[in-house]
Amino acid sequence: MRIAAPVIATALTLLVGSLMFAALGYDPVNTLQAFFIAPVNSINGLSELLLKASPLILIACGLAVGFRANVWNIGAEGQLIIGAIAACGVGLFYPAPESPLLLPLMVLAGACAGMAWAAIPAFLRARMNTNEILVTLMLTYIATLLLSWLVHGPWRDPAGFNYPQTAMLPPAAMFDPFDYSYRLNPSVFITVAAVVIMWLFTDRSFLGYKMKVSGAAPLAARYAGFRESSAIWTGLLAGGAAAGIAGMAEVAGPLGQLSPQISPGYGFAAIIVAFIGRLNAFGIVLGGLLMSLLFLGGEAVQMNLGLSSALTRIFQGILLFFLLAADFFVFYRLRRIPEHA
Amino acid sequence: MDLFIAIFTGTIIAATPLIFAALGELVVEKSGVLNLGIEGMMLMGAAFAFWAVIAGLPMPVAILAGALAGAAASLLFGVLALSFLTNQYAAGLALAIFGSGVSAFLGRGFGSEPINALKRIHLPVLSDIPVVGPMFFRFDPMVYFAILMFFVISWFLYRTKGGLILRTIGESPETAHAIGYPVIRIRYLAVLFGGLMAGLAGAYLSVAYTPLWVENMTAGKGWISLALVVFATWRPLRVLLGAWLFGGMTILQLQGQAFGISIPSELLSALPYLATIIVLVIISQNRQMLALHFPASLAKPFRPST
Repeated sequence: MRIAAPVIATALTLLVGSLMFAALGYDPVNTLQAFFIAPVNSINGLSELLLKASPLILIACGLAVGFRANVWNIGAEGQLIIGAIAACGVGLFYPAPESPLLLPLMVLAGACAGMAWAAIPAFLRARMNTNEILVTLMLTYIATLLLSWLVHGPWRDPAGFNYPQTAMLPPAAMFDPFDYSYRLNPSVFITVAAVVIMWLFTDRSFLGYKMKVSGAAPLAARYAGFRESSAIWTGLLAGGAAAGIAGMAEVAGPLGQLSPQISPGYGFAAIIVAFIGRLNAFGIVLGGLLMSLLFLGGEAVQMNLGLSSALTRIFQGILLFFLLAADFFVFYRLRRIPEHA
Repeated sequence: MDLFIAIFTGTIIAATPLIFAALGELVVEKSGVLNLGIEGMMLMGAAFAFWAVIAGLPMPVAILAGALAGAAASLLFGVLALSFLTNQYAAGLALAIFGSGVSAFLGRGFGSEPINALKRIHLPVLSDIPVVGPMFFRFDPMVYFAILMFFVISWFLYRTKGGLILRTIGESPETAHAIGYPVIRIRYLAVLFGGLMAGLAGAYLSVAYTPLWVENMTAGKGWISLALVVFATWRPLRVLLGAWLFGGMTILQLQGQAFGISIPSELLSALPYLATIIVLVIISQNRQMLALHFPASLAKPFRPST
């Protein structure tokens, strides 16, 4: 039954979506076709689907580790940005721009930077009792401003006609696409690895079990002697590392450089992906593909029908609303209470 | 002196949306519900109020439209969190994302022209007193309304029976339910009130403060309001003081940019967010004070047993 809720929620989201299109004066069937089917109706479309699903799934896997233990990292967007900045910094300034070590170093830099950014809320929550929701979110705004400063100031490409962007990364600092007609690149293998690691961690490791207990029954976890701080650190660092690597894969993949806007909200959407996936590795894969389709659909209707890509965020919100509501009907049974009992 | 007056009045004005949103959230949290979606409700309020102004509606109607949009958005959260007993964190996040999407969708047609901002009032004698006049008596009516709301909410929470019931529900919904109070219904009212206030905050931003439409124009003010409630340890007076503190930070940072201090503007813009973190850390050290005013049932779903 736990699997039923996401399916029902997706169906209801489609229904509301078609009503919304009809209300806006668009033919619902055509618009839904343009939103959900046309974008993936080609090899290029499928490549784009996987390209966008990859960071979503990667980040959601990291976040779900924390969510299972009631550690609420909602600043993955900021950790992604910091990871991208660090990776791009290594790619641009490493003394040997043709070294085959460059790409692995960038992955490492992205992961470490994301973890460092997430370590701030982890330290503050574990040692200083400070709410991690607000701290991770504030750090996201700070990360955005830091990125903006770098690309407008010290890292701006001198040959870039004053555009706020860095120079392009050298070829050795980029993932080569599988096929130069499409954009999909080997960074998806990192995501595949992350899914397997996440599954092993949550379902097969003692620490994963302890974290699950901390989330489901905090008192039981305390009686059992499971330390809360280790759950906090593990949860936040997992999310930070995943988001940092996702940021690296964006800059070393489809982007090739930094600009003020490097993510269309992957860090926030990944939160929804984690929930749709029921905080479970394989569920997250499906959730990530669905969310990626929402991003592609939003872009497609913006280009083809002139509708705003903000529709993507509306659909994301509605999907999560319905998922939460559907859970209620899965976990509780309604029963009529006689008026005068 | 002029600079001082500019900073003072700027602070009061910048604090006004925070006062609305944070006082609203305070009432919600006092009833034991945590609505993380303030950012989304504010954006809805901002978009609808701006829309009403463009459509040629009079200013008070536009502000009311913003407030009602915030309340309507909060109802979505209310149904999930109160009737469907969902995780309140997740429901609030969904509302934040949804509100930002809806407002951006609506705002696409708004253009980039500023509108005629809400007019400041001019009182016959008071506004003309030197120094005191420009400092206290030349604001727009919403600034005074925000401060009025502070008094109303303080009075309601701590001096009326309704406030006592609300706080009881926040501490122990089981007890309130056993005595016979309609816990869910009162929580709904609190959530709607919070939405109304967040909508007002958003409306103030788009029709008085900026007065422009920019996508995601709240820029984290909803989240800062949430932090303010924690900072205030759930007490109205501290919400007011905290809002002024943050308003002051915003204005000093803007003044700094205007004076061309050699610090990059992005880093100055980061100050309010940084300050939020620092303030949260400091306040979190005092566990006793937090525990004293923290609504004990915050964010815990309540199902009335029959």
